[in-house]
Amino acid sequence: MAAVAGWLRRAWEHDLAWSFRRSPVTILAALLTALCVGGALFAPWVAPHNPFDSATLNLSDGFTPPAWTEKGSAKYLLGTDDQGRDVLSTIIYGARISLGVGLAAVLFSALLGVSLGLVAGYLGGRLDAFIMRVADIQLSFPAILIALLIDGVARIALPREMHDALAVYVLVVAIGLSRWVDYARTVRGSTLVERNKEYVQAARVIGRHPLAIMVRHVLPNTMGPVLVIATINIATAIITEATLSFLGVGVPPTQPSLGTLIRIGNDFLISGEWWITLFPGLALVVLVLSVNLLGDWLRDALNPKLR
Amino acid sequence: MSATPLLEVKGLRVEFPTRRGTLVAVDDVSFAIAPGEVLGVVGESGAGKSLTGMAIIGLLEPPGRIAAGEIRLEGERIDNLPPERMRKIRGRRIGAIFQDPLTSLNPLYTVGDQLVETILTHLDVGKAEARVRALRLLAEVGIPAPEARIDHYPHQFSGGMRQRVVIALALCAEPRLIVADEPTTALDVSIQAQIITLLKRLARDHGTAVMLITHDMGVIAETADRVAVMYAGRIAELGPVREVIHEPRHPYTVGLMGSIPKIAGTTHHGRLAQIDGAMPRLNAIPPGCAFNPRCPKRFAPCTAERPEPLPVGNALAACWLYASERR
Amino acid sequence: MSAADRPLVRLTDAGRDFDVSRPWLNRVLEGAPRQLLRAVDGVSFDVARGETLALVGESGCGKSTVARLIVGLYPLTRGRVEFDGADLAAPGTDTPAFRRRMQMIFQDPYASLNPRWRVRDIVAEPIRVLGLAADRDAERERVAELLRQVGLAAEDGEKFPHEFSGGQRQRISIARALSGNPEFLVCDEPTSALDVSVQAQILNLMTDLQERLGLTYLFISHNLAVVSHIADRVGVMYLGRVVELAQAEQLFAAPRHPYTRMLMDAIPDLQMTGKARTPVAGEVPNPLAPPAGCAFHPRCPHADDRCRAERPTLVGPSGGAVACHAVQERRI
Repeated sequence: MAAVAGWLRRAWEHDLAWSFRRSPVTILAALLTALCVGGALFAPWVAPHNPFDSATLNLSDGFTPPAWTEKGSAKYLLGTDDQGRDVLSTIIYGARISLGVGLAAVLFSALLGVSLGLVAGYLGGRLDAFIMRVADIQLSFPAILIALLIDGVARIALPREMHDALAVYVLVVAIGLSRWVDYARTVRGSTLVERNKEYVQAARVIGRHPLAIMVRHVLPNTMGPVLVIATINIATAIITEATLSFLGVGVPPTQPSLGTLIRIGNDFLISGEWWITLFPGLALVVLVLSVNLLGDWLRDALNPKLR
Repeated sequence: MSATPLLEVKGLRVEFPTRRGTLVAVDDVSFAIAPGEVLGVVGESGAGKSLTGMAIIGLLEPPGRIAAGEIRLEGERIDNLPPERMRKIRGRRIGAIFQDPLTSLNPLYTVGDQLVETILTHLDVGKAEARVRALRLLAEVGIPAPEARIDHYPHQFSGGMRQRVVIALALCAEPRLIVADEPTTALDVSIQAQIITLLKRLARDHGTAVMLITHDMGVIAETADRVAVMYAGRIAELGPVREVIHEPRHPYTVGLMGSIPKIAGTTHHGRLAQIDGAMPRLNAIPPGCAFNPRCPKRFAPCTAERPEPLPVGNALAACWLYASERR
Repeated sequence: MSAADRPLVRLTDAGRDFDVSRPWLNRVLEGAPRQLLRAVDGVSFDVARGETLALVGESGCGKSTVARLIVGLYPLTRGRVEFDGADLAAPGTDTPAFRRRMQMIFQDPYASLNPRWRVRDIVAEPIRVLGLAADRDAERERVAELLRQVGLAAEDGEKFPHEFSGGQRQRISIARALSGNPEFLVCDEPTSALDVSVQAQILNLMTDLQERLGLTYLFISHNLAVVSHIADRVGVMYLGRVVELAQAEQLFAAPRHPYTRMLMDAIPDLQMTGKARTPVAGEVPNPLAPPAGCAFHPRCPHADDRCRAERPTLVGPSGGAVACHAVQERRI
């Protein structure tokens, strides 16, 4: 118990915690992010309805406007879509998929980018030149184009029946592959600096294996910027996923993400059912904005020059 | 000391407010520099010597601030001026030389452009006249073939030559005071000797006052007329350089002089006189004399009250040893 | 030669080039040739057991490169390095048993300790990698002993490097270097980043450790006063070559090479004897285009035609050798 209390006190007094406490915007962003993540994690318990349980759906409830409007129903706070699904619930479930895809894509691209950057920076030579030229070439295409390309290839390569089941994984790989360059470049840069520091030379003098030096010595000292990029990239990945889904190449409509919801709702915008697309859109903005604000704070807090 | 000092610092106190309380980095520092005099300020890293220099030229990095005391240049207070006025004084009447010559020069402009621009900013002369002056300055700081070199970029100069250019830049407006912060530390010994000789000659020829901040007692011995020894933000000893080096009064100065390895008269493989321990961190300066926990001559008053600088011979030493003598 | 009077370390004509060419694409586009920097060239010396050999010179003279060649951080381009009679380039010398015997202390105490490791892990790393402790308890015991040996407390092992001052960090570096019971320590400017009073503490510690543990030092420094204090013999380097190698007393009492004399003249005179300073002319030439003949001839007051054409070699016994035509011809 005392150990836990001591640890908590140290964490509370840590510079990071201190700068967090001093920034109301960051606290608000953290609360909103926590709300989104919590809602997404506990969707089945939090959501008022299960929008994917066709047994509870009632087509006659379709196109119910939000509760506070004239024709609204207290049963559906943010109204329903064409099939009578509760918009609030679809948003909560949609955020789950958006966040899940975003996190997984970031994890995948960070893993790939950090490993390649570390190897390129530490070993140098032709391998470095090759990896970084591939990165340069990839950077000359927009990330969304690369994701579209990978998604398209997967669509052709995979049999149709497997496609819906694997759609989410294809999406993760597509978004992940379009973003690894950020990590590779950053980690390579810090590795080039750390590699020449004397503690790395000291480890070489006692004959440590290069892989052990990379993982045990260099890697922990390059993680600061990676953390910042990863946080900001979660927001980017969520946007990319939403864009792909909006274009209709993302997750299937049976498992809608926020992007899919916006696309579906878009069809009804002209006919006056604005709530079907507006609320998922707002949810996306709030989620991305708060993650971005967290990332900005983390970048400033970890920057020794701004401390 | 002459009757009208060029620079007078009285009771200077520099503070850094932090979340864990206020750190006092420079505490009650007073000294004066006469025209044509070189005052050496020596001390270990963290002793507050550079911050004292920064406070004088008005370039303290926030959140650092002057909390007490006054700085007078030719009788005029300069510690409380608005930044715009201070900026004018800094170019015109105070010149600054820093440790790293590369960061003091703009890599995108030729040496000549930078010199001419500085001269035009501060002096009422035409462009042609400014270039003539720039050439004369380059020749004066010992750059060979100044006509050829004036249109070169900083990266085309070697480290020693670059530091000469920085000195020329500091001299552009014929300042009354030069604050030189570790001007030779980044240079090799042979180049260091050239720069020392140059600084000394400039002070003598132009009657410029020089505040020479360094950690290297050897540089002080070669260049300075008087020396202030700083410890934990305070002046421990201040006096004529010969007296401080040959006959140090403050126990810290005694220890410092003993710990410098010397070529002549070294007892080979013997031990150097060492001061045990380390200078206290700013958040843990002991009460009384800041040096007392490490002092071999500590006695009762040292832990109780902070000693004022007291005259000993021609020097001042902030040490209770010399107070008890008089009592 | 018996093992006892065989030199511990012997460099024979050691050399190291660095490829400082522009990247391949630039070379092709700009037609620039490959460029080699001769950082170290034709360096030969012995280090006897228990002695301290110092290498001095200005920045870029190659002294740190020599240090790194010996501990194997750079491979040799030319020549050979022997440790206790074994060629370090030969197979079989890259074993933990061999690695253990030589260690290195670095200049910058802020860069030589991994900021994310605890001090006990930093000190114990060589013990673990070289497999020198039977178990965790033995390792912990050894780390505590090492920390006490360099004047720190065993409890300091729990802290992180940023909690220590520069001098204390250098003590940690020394503890780490000693953890494998080495015979030979290569010290690359170990005190130049420290304040003088702390430098005195570290120099005294190194002297004590040498007496107690019978260590052999190769001490790299640009500071002649420090070198005169700690060294038995001194090698003066200029542009990648040793120009004078002599017993310390002899070198400092009567320097023979014009460059050594110039260095001695340039040291600030702390005694304030009021001696006239001979202004030192010129700077170290660009190592990419070193002068022909003796590399020092453009700055040398005694240079003649032979100096400009023919490179002098280090001649004389190991107690007092000098590479200078003028000295060898008895002109100076």
